[in-house]
Amino acid sequence: MITLVEQSQKVEPSPAQMMDWYRQMALIRQFELRCAQSYQQQKIGGFCHLYVGQEAVAVGSIAAVRPSDYIITAYRDHGHAIARGMDCESLLAELYGKASGCSHGKGGSMHFFDREKNFFGGHAIVAGHVPLAVGLGWAIKYRKEDRVVLCYFGDGAMNQGAFHEALNLAGLFKLPIIFMVENNGYGMGTHVQRASAVVELKLRTGDAYGIPGKHVDGMDCLAMYEMTLAAAQYCRAGHGALFIEVKTYRYRGHSMSDPQKYRTREEVAGYQEHDPIGRLEKVLRAKNLLDDSKVQAINNEIHAHVEEAHHRADAAPFPQTQDVWKDVYANPYGPYQL
Amino acid sequence: MPEIQFREALNQAMCEEMDRDPDVFLIGEEVAEYDGAYKVSQGMLARFGPMRVVDSPISEAGFAGLGVGAAMVGMRPIVEFMTFSFSLVAFDQVVNNAPKMRYMSGGQFKVPIVFRGISGAGQQLAATHSWTVDALYAHVPGLKVVVPTTPYEAKGLLKTAIRDDDPVIFLENEAMYGHRGEVPAEEYLLPFGQADIKREGSHCTIVAWGHGCLTAMAAAEQLHKDHGIEAEIIDPRSLRPLDIETIAESVKKTGCCVTVEEGYPTCGMGAEIAAQVQEKCFDDLDHHIIRVGSLDVPMPYSKVLLNHVVPGAQRVAEAVKQAVYFQG
Ligand SMILES: Cc1ncc(C[n+]2csc(CCOP(=O)(O)OP(=O)(O)O)c2C)c(N)n1
Ligand SMILES: [Mg+2]
Repeated sequence: MITLVEQSQKVEPSPAQMMDWYRQMALIRQFELRCAQSYQQQKIGGFCHLYVGQEAVAVGSIAAVRPSDYIITAYRDHGHAIARGMDCESLLAELYGKASGCSHGKGGSMHFFDREKNFFGGHAIVAGHVPLAVGLGWAIKYRKEDRVVLCYFGDGAMNQGAFHEALNLAGLFKLPIIFMVENNGYGMGTHVQRASAVVELKLRTGDAYGIPGKHVDGMDCLAMYEMTLAAAQYCRAGHGALFIEVKTYRYRGHSMSDPQKYRTREEVAGYQEHDPIGRLEKVLRAKNLLDDSKVQAINNEIHAHVEEAHHRADAAPFPQTQDVWKDVYANPYGPYQL
Repeated sequence: MPEIQFREALNQAMCEEMDRDPDVFLIGEEVAEYDGAYKVSQGMLARFGPMRVVDSPISEAGFAGLGVGAAMVGMRPIVEFMTFSFSLVAFDQVVNNAPKMRYMSGGQFKVPIVFRGISGAGQQLAATHSWTVDALYAHVPGLKVVVPTTPYEAKGLLKTAIRDDDPVIFLENEAMYGHRGEVPAEEYLLPFGQADIKREGSHCTIVAWGHGCLTAMAAAEQLHKDHGIEAEIIDPRSLRPLDIETIAESVKKTGCCVTVEEGYPTCGMGAEIAAQVQEKCFDDLDHHIIRVGSLDVPMPYSKVLLNHVVPGAQRVAEAVKQAVYFQG
């Protein structure tokens, strides 16, 4: 078992940082609740997978990497996009199919992209993006850059061939990639125990692909931060890839149409007692950084922010029909002038 | 005759064949405990148990290959893809192992397998999840490709597919699962390679199948009401084998032909049908064959863009008017 960081090197996050993470998590939650409402109003179509319950994972981990680092994730991508600093208006505009959306209305909920912010999507085919993370890591190593890749996927994705090919490549080439499985217990309606021959997911990479595995509590934003910071240091030092099993939970259905017969209300309620936002709130209250009125003020402020983003996105124009022909090719005839 | 939903027709076909033959089993994602992502396999786990109605992890290449292997020793797997967009992860199993095993082994192995699930766009799922795979799979020798349009066809054709000794691609459409239609209470099977004339008419032949056939029927009704143009709709029901004879007979009568598909036009099914029709009906054609299909772009998410890309009744009607030289 490798030790990631010496105890003495640990950096305690500042009050300002922790307050920021609290706000980000609260923002993600309110954003998702807005999405649920807009979906009901049929402003959003297609598949829409909410991140409620998993907020600490994206917020704590993305806080621990640099803006120059690469981030890539699956279709449950709203939380990661917000934690990466993409603005709610461009995300809602995307969800509403508007030209001003972060993917110009071409991608929808499952395909958020932002090249400037090094946010490489938003990918809808389960595990299809994991090899892409290997490509990003390859380019970093090739160009001798000081970057790491943060690649998220679900527990279900670990049963895809693409995942295993990718992990072997990353292990073989010692690429600077943090593979982060957001183990929320289920792939759609299937519990991990019914889908994975080995239930402890990190065991499926270490010996097999020479990629050390770690565990972290995904309901704890501070633990997420600390673990990811250490992992990024490990990758930057040239040791190769790391695998982190994050234990988390989604409160809502898999997507917007999920009767959730595969779990009980009690199970969901049990996890809600360890709510990631409530948990950080407790820490901040103990440090006298938060009290009832501040919590209320923050929530009001975030609510107003999300609603304004919603109204702007809702009022924004749809793309022009001729835009369907845009961005199919860079140039259909290649590097020639016709 | 009882009227049932499309999904119930599929369910009945699978249940009847599983009752009849203990070697038939169903495998796929969420088919058992969840009762199917689209409730096609509702109640089947309770009835047949977990060895015959099998939940797979998200491992399309794995369980498609499992199906092919089991078929090589005489089992009759029904492999459900949650959508055929995900079959692309298992492409090698579907286009190599399934259809070529018999040939490569000089006829020693048969692969009696059915790959079934939804195909098509229209649900705002964006580019990777909106594949219409008709032409992709019809391209492959050794595969059969079947597309039912009505619940009656769904049941009869699926039963045939399960009993067929060759691999069959069976394409359904999410928007049609709730459609109702008459299905006989007594057992029946429907043959592949036999087109159905969905509507008779003398002015223009429309070749359309599955969801596209419903679009064509709507267009035909509109043309009849608005302009007295009578389209004849030929539904091939299977794209491979293709009943070109019935199509050609109709074109000889009408003198023109419009094909309707929801897939891409380039190297599409319409292109194939057009090629075969002109071989058989060159002297009978009064207008070049018109293909109506998806626009030639990846499927966009935004509804306004999507509606522009996927062919609707309006575009079919315009094509027919052009084909018959209608002067409005
Ligand atoms: C190749 C492929 N197969 C199936 C699906 C359908 N599907 C979408 S999400 C999902 C479950 C994935 O579960 P997990 O990886 O645990 O992620 P979570 O939804 O829990 O975040 C499935 C089966 C898909 N998108 N791609
Ligand atoms: Mg999961």
